[in-house]
Amino acid sequence: MLSAKTKEPIVEMKNVKKAFGYIQALEDMNFSAYAGEVTAIVGDNGSGKSTLIKILTGCLKPDEGEVWIKGRYFSSLTVKQSIKEGITAVYQDLALDNCKDCAGNIFLGRELVKHGIFLDHERMRRSTEELLLRLHISIPDITQPVERMSGGQRQALAIARAVYAGGDILIFDEPTSAMGVKETSRILKLFLELKAEGKSIILISHNLFQVFDISDRICVIHNGRFVDSFLTKDSSPQKLHELIVEKEEELSDETMAK
Amino acid sequence: MKRWLSKYSQQIFLFAAMMVICIVLTRKSEYFLTWRNIRNILEANSYRLILAIGMTFVIASGVMDLSAGAIVSMCGVIMAVVLHMEIPVPAAVLIGILSGMMFGIVNGLLIHYTGINFFILTLAVSGMLRGVSLIITDGKPITKFGQDFIYLGIGRIGELQLSVLAALFLVLISVPLMFHMKWGSYVLSLGGNREALVKSGIRTGFYRASVHAFLGVMAAVTAVIITARLNSAEPNAGMNMELDAITAVVMGGTSIKGGKASIAGTVLAVLILGVIRNGLTLMSVSSDYQQWITGFLLLVSVLISEIKVHKFRTLMK
Repeated sequence: MLSAKTKEPIVEMKNVKKAFGYIQALEDMNFSAYAGEVTAIVGDNGSGKSTLIKILTGCLKPDEGEVWIKGRYFSSLTVKQSIKEGITAVYQDLALDNCKDCAGNIFLGRELVKHGIFLDHERMRRSTEELLLRLHISIPDITQPVERMSGGQRQALAIARAVYAGGDILIFDEPTSAMGVKETSRILKLFLELKAEGKSIILISHNLFQVFDISDRICVIHNGRFVDSFLTKDSSPQKLHELIVEKEEELSDETMAK
Repeated sequence: MKRWLSKYSQQIFLFAAMMVICIVLTRKSEYFLTWRNIRNILEANSYRLILAIGMTFVIASGVMDLSAGAIVSMCGVIMAVVLHMEIPVPAAVLIGILSGMMFGIVNGLLIHYTGINFFILTLAVSGMLRGVSLIITDGKPITKFGQDFIYLGIGRIGELQLSVLAALFLVLISVPLMFHMKWGSYVLSLGGNREALVKSGIRTGFYRASVHAFLGVMAAVTAVIITARLNSAEPNAGMNMELDAITAVVMGGTSIKGGKASIAGTVLAVLILGVIRNGLTLMSVSSDYQQWITGFLLLVSVLISEIKVHKFRTLMK
């Protein structure tokens, strides 16, 4: 497939390596995402997708390689640096405090205060209501703890938190896996709206049809290595599926040969 | 209303239980419901409440500190040694409190950076501190302090002992600290989901260390009260005090897994345990039974807490 590169990337990883003990999670990984685009990362389970985004968000430090964000070089990032650079993520585990309510989670780490030290619960609750309304996210009782919400509601809340954070690079790791059809379509529409606002979106999804619905560019990774990157319009779910299967068979042959 | 009742069910139950116990004890002893006895209960439990408040924050953060009683003993010994060096009382108290804070910080940092199970870690620290207390004192109490220091344990303002007023003050500041300030909110999130804090760019090590420092300060204040009241610093002071504190916190509705806390519940539970102790004493029941009852109530509280979680998970399925 033809690799596509038309402009300077907003996020770029070059030859990044990351190992956990004997397991090499990323091996010479190269990845680029571009401003105002939806870039989908596609790969099988264990291909290194989550490790890749954890390096971008500062949750993991790479063993080797370069990370470039908006033209600035980082050998590794901290979570704070990543947030400062405008990166916000919705993780697969959602990273919600299940004992807190919607406002407590949306404002975690960026709480509104009154009189300098006291949490402004009322203002945070009102802002949460407005945010959820704006994003068409329906949670009947926003004052209940998150542990009492459905999986879909929790995912929607995590997405709302990422949107509220206001970063210009949004990373979503399997953001709709627990959602129903209606909720999923609402969230995908939201992603397109965010893109229209100029945000860059990095999407990890197993759902190839979803990837083709909203992405501009697809990056395929396999077994911790970069495979290919191309414009979505130049490919199809069928071709992509074949590419993934082909890589899986190559790996299987390599293992047999060893 | 229904949600309010559900949210505060444990505290309402505790309040009702306390009322029932009080009614029974009033019928059993005419002395029970006198101002003198009520004052006795408050004075005898003021330092227990102070330690339990500190433990509430630590348990809310998702761990326990089994060295709290040993910190009480160690801080008492440190203050006693310093007082015998003829250092002024305010300076000695400050040194004691800073020592408690330091022991707490060490506990918190060890838990955060070593990843060793907090039970084992704080148990080890407890053993070490008890050992050091015994070495410093040669196993004997350090006694005879000046009146200025003793006043901190038995002095009164109006009808109430200073220790009761100190406990009341600490309860009153704990509520906004836990529920209306960032620090308390992050302490709760440490117990709720530490990963959520980490991924929000919050330094969890600071909050782990500071919540243990808070308990350390509470343990040191407890040590001031006990040492001054007894006019003696004993290496075995504060023995099993952490068990009483943990029992009260869990009975009060603070989640043993962290993330949820109730200061009012802790206050009620300390009072219930105090009323039970007082009632048993009035009925001339041996203090051995009091220890048994404390252990039994801890077991029942943990079981209730587990049943509530299990019931909730079943409902969610």
